[in-house]
Amino acid sequence: MPLGFLAVFFVWPVVAILRLGLGEGGVLTVLASPETWRLVAFTVGQAAASTAVALVAGLPVAFLLARTSLPGLGFVRVVILVPFVLPTVVVGLAFRTLLPDGGAFAIVLANSFFNVAVVARTVAGLWSHLDRRAPDAARSLGASPLRAFTSVTLPALAPAIGSAAAVVFLFCATSFGVVLILGGSRLRTLETEIYLRTVELLDLSGAAALSLLQLAAVVAALSVGAVARRRRESALRLRAPASVARRPSGGEWVVVGVALAVVGSLMLPIVVLVSRSLAGGLAGYRALGSTGYAGSLQVSGVDAALNSVRAATDATFLAVTLGALASVVLVSLSRSRVRRGFVETMDTALMLPLGVSAVTVGFGYLITLNLLPGDLRTSPVLVPLAQALVVTPLVIRLLLPVLRSIDSRLRQAAASLGASPLRVWREVDVPLAGRSLLTAIAFGYVVALGEFGATSFLARPDTATLPVAIARLLSRPGELNNQMAYAACTLLILVTIAAVAIVESVRVPGRAAVGEF
Amino acid sequence: MGLTVEGLTVRYGSLAAVSDVDLAVADGSVVALLGPSGCGKSTLLRAVAGLEPPAAGRVCWDGADLAGVPVHRREFGLVFQDGQLFPHRDVAGNVAFGLGMRGVPRASARERVAELLDLVGLAGYEARRSTELSGGEQQRVALARALAPRPRLLLLDEPLSALDRALREQLALDLARVLTGTTALVVTHDHDEAFTLADHVAVMRAGRIVQTGPPTKVWREPADEETARFLGCGAFVPATVHNGVATCELGAVELPWAPPGEAVLGLRPTALRPAVTGVKGDVVQRVHRRDHVRLRVRLEDGHEVDAVAGVLDVADTVTLALDPDGVALISRRERPSGRGRPSSR
Amino acid sequence: MRKVPVVLAAALAVSLAGCTLTEGDSDTGSGGKKVVLVTHDSWAAPKDLLDEFKNDTGITIDVRKVGDAGALTNQLVLTKDDPIGDIAFGVDNTFASRALEENVFAAYRSPDADKGAQRYQVDDSGRLTAIDTGDVCLNIDPAAFAAKRVPEPKTYADLTKTEYRDMLVVEDPATSSPGLAFLLGTIASLGEDGWREYWVALKGVGMKVVSGWEEAYTQDFSGSSGQGDRPIVVSYASSPAAEVGKDGKPATKALLDTCFRQVEYAGVLNGAKDPDSARKVLDFLLSEKFQAAVPESMYVYPARSGVELPKAWQQAAPQPKSSATLPPADIQQNRERWIDEWRGLVQG
Repeated sequence: MPLGFLAVFFVWPVVAILRLGLGEGGVLTVLASPETWRLVAFTVGQAAASTAVALVAGLPVAFLLARTSLPGLGFVRVVILVPFVLPTVVVGLAFRTLLPDGGAFAIVLANSFFNVAVVARTVAGLWSHLDRRAPDAARSLGASPLRAFTSVTLPALAPAIGSAAAVVFLFCATSFGVVLILGGSRLRTLETEIYLRTVELLDLSGAAALSLLQLAAVVAALSVGAVARRRRESALRLRAPASVARRPSGGEWVVVGVALAVVGSLMLPIVVLVSRSLAGGLAGYRALGSTGYAGSLQVSGVDAALNSVRAATDATFLAVTLGALASVVLVSLSRSRVRRGFVETMDTALMLPLGVSAVTVGFGYLITLNLLPGDLRTSPVLVPLAQALVVTPLVIRLLLPVLRSIDSRLRQAAASLGASPLRVWREVDVPLAGRSLLTAIAFGYVVALGEFGATSFLARPDTATLPVAIARLLSRPGELNNQMAYAACTLLILVTIAAVAIVESVRVPGRAAVGEF
Repeated sequence: MGLTVEGLTVRYGSLAAVSDVDLAVADGSVVALLGPSGCGKSTLLRAVAGLEPPAAGRVCWDGADLAGVPVHRREFGLVFQDGQLFPHRDVAGNVAFGLGMRGVPRASARERVAELLDLVGLAGYEARRSTELSGGEQQRVALARALAPRPRLLLLDEPLSALDRALREQLALDLARVLTGTTALVVTHDHDEAFTLADHVAVMRAGRIVQTGPPTKVWREPADEETARFLGCGAFVPATVHNGVATCELGAVELPWAPPGEAVLGLRPTALRPAVTGVKGDVVQRVHRRDHVRLRVRLEDGHEVDAVAGVLDVADTVTLALDPDGVALISRRERPSGRGRPSSR
Repeated sequence: MRKVPVVLAAALAVSLAGCTLTEGDSDTGSGGKKVVLVTHDSWAAPKDLLDEFKNDTGITIDVRKVGDAGALTNQLVLTKDDPIGDIAFGVDNTFASRALEENVFAAYRSPDADKGAQRYQVDDSGRLTAIDTGDVCLNIDPAAFAAKRVPEPKTYADLTKTEYRDMLVVEDPATSSPGLAFLLGTIASLGEDGWREYWVALKGVGMKVVSGWEEAYTQDFSGSSGQGDRPIVVSYASSPAAEVGKDGKPATKALLDTCFRQVEYAGVLNGAKDPDSARKVLDFLLSEKFQAAVPESMYVYPARSGVELPKAWQQAAPQPKSSATLPPADIQQNRERWIDEWRGLVQG
């Protein structure tokens, strides 16, 4: 079922558009051009640098979330997700304010800004379950705290770090909006070039050649991630999180300080735009009830917020359902002794949508989906479907490790007590993976709330979401429109925080759930 | 009638983990499946539970083949080595799980949970978190959980081996008490455990059952030298039994139950003890235990044997005689590989 | 065994999600006809006009925005065998030629097409009808010049003077539609040779290039709310209408001698499901009421003659009398080369 979805809404359109491009010839010319390889080098370079920055910034935050018990951590957990929803145009503008002549440096910072949360939450998920005694043992053997971290903790976290790094790398390699705003036509990546060639020039053969390169880079990154994952998902003795979190002591305060500094700098662009929303007093906020200066919008800002919540709920529901199904299928396959290679190939295939240009998929839809009943090509139904493509891999990455870590004998014990296979899922897998499922829902919701690309193409004017409305307001002259755009950003942030807080506050049955990933 | 297993074979790929096994567990009896690790005993247990598909043979309950019956409809309770309690449920929630699956009303389930916790010595533990229990407590809860829905058959897979020694001995006695009157199949590699718990022992090796019988019979008369080794015999000497007395080069020992004829004596570490008359030797090594001393003794003919002595026997030269409790008898159905002399490990 | 419920749940999920999302479509039904209007992101129209049209004709206009003018054109080309709508609005004169070559549009000459729109027609085939024009011009912040005691610039040539050093911000023609229009304007006005020297000169006086209009206008331009530090920006002739202050006077000004005219066209698509209704929608776009509304809703000038501009516009954003323009076929043929050359000159 998830594979069928992937086939219809991903593989088919992508293959169709690539075939169309390859049919035109000229691919070799593009591949032979040194310009192309400069693009590849810059794409991989900026993605690698962004991933490195996100890792360096994310790890202290992961420590903060996983290993310490300080007041206000719940807020930190929620607030680091905010960058995810901010429209790229807004973040791009904020980074231009902070780093007027940023260039590649600004691109790297902006990309990592979006992804610190992925690292922090992924790594914290594992870290909070690691036995505290291993580093303690290392300390007793004479290792300094730093040494204990690098020689014991870091290797244990390596799989989670590898997995997070793979996801972040994909996000950064295919990042579009900020690269376009901060890099213009001077600093181009495969993604922006594919966009320009496809959308503006209709140079499908050039776009196809670049898409193939992008695909190759993505598969390489995924393979690296898969190797790291294989190590992690082996037996880990997970512990209940409560027993590993404690008040930081000594040098740990330094790490906490760094983490808070990271969280602080994540907030900086947010502060910039909130302050811009207040630049003209509360006029922008008052205007949210209206449709903007001279009717720039066809809905009011408040209606757009409601549209956002509605659309995000649909999309999250669909994406999480699909992602959970895919995880269930994958874990069932590996439990039923299907060949490991097959399961891993499927796993990797489900990740691919993260690494393929949205415009490639979108233009693929144009030439394929009319063959399906109901002609979905310009239907708003495509919005949640397209978002599901992005959220599904995230959900899988969050759920699968936990499902795999459930001892099969626990499930057998339930079966021997009279639980049918379905009942075993309900009684064992669901409660144990519940925490991760919630995290997945939160991430899915945040991605869906912030989704702009597909929504802006497919949303009707009267169903515009907040990001669409913000982009619309920013693209028009007039002071009020500008203030209203930033006020709408603030509204989007508030909606996000509220939504995530609600999702995260849902109590999972059983307090000792192992998963949070 | 209970459980009957006929000609059961379980394969992992080309490897037969269990081959052509016959086994019966009569209603109300406890059978121990005893064997070294990797012998296929756990696989056999899992096949009985319905967790492994058989490649050949049948698993029947009261004569009815269970082939089409999935795990959750077999009504066989299962206890794992390490409890496998549901971490997201408290103690009562764990014990009540099977009752819930059978639709037992809340109130009577609560009563039954209390009853079982009392039975396993954990009265009042209902609201404890399962992750906060010690290993022994977890195992008791696992037992209570398996027993709660009154299974037709209780399957225990190395129920005590994850526990430390003192706890193991205590729990073994408790378990023996709890299992009285229950129909159960216990898998273990520990013969003490098997003999404590079971009415009947089946010894398994390399996927086959090599001997079945009451614990005493199996203990005294292992089917072959290999089995005897597994049951603690370290050395073997040829002997002749006549009128309930076995005679070998180390002396004579009274075995009133032994059938007459040629045989091989299996010697456990306790087979030789200091005595007034017997074979003489020099003590080359001694290890103090709680209530005895283990000796390594070089006999006059140059061979070394194990023996035990009281803590106060500290002489350098000892006279050793056979103790009937320390020897096992292997009938000469097959020739032992012994070289006619006491063979040491 | 566990597969069946799983598939059922999934089917349920899809249908549920589908229901909540498509319910927006159902309220447009009620027996009438529906025309799918494919357009670009900047489309906007007063709701009461659309409602009135629906009441008069029974036709519901279902708007599908598919990106900017380029994305719109290319998507129409890609789907010409099975179009994603019945009528398209927003293909401009920089992309018109490609759309015509690829036979995306069917011929239809609206009765109102000769009331001004004919001034911008691309060819005689009647496949594209001009609906509005937008003029990309330099905008300036007069207050900044007053403060610096520097005369306001008026022409292209003025900008290369050293007194205007570090004052201009333009959009990259490779990534921005007004950026491209401004480049085309310099080509149209200064000729194939002159434009290259001109841009080298602009670079010499510290011109800043950014990727999009949002950055240039809302951040770098000193005359907008962003209060940047550059008083000259590439924007639209209409932009000053949005910068009218509390005193009723515009805070910015367009330089009407530096304009390039973008013309936006509409056309009935080949393969439209209901061509008759689509033609009625095109008539509606040319109608006096709709034409009178385009300035405020889309910041453009009506293609129809004799339609009065809103009051604020008459003073702040009059339509340039003599905008530069280039034949669509020329633009189509040379666009990529011009952009590449521009990159070489400005960014090389």
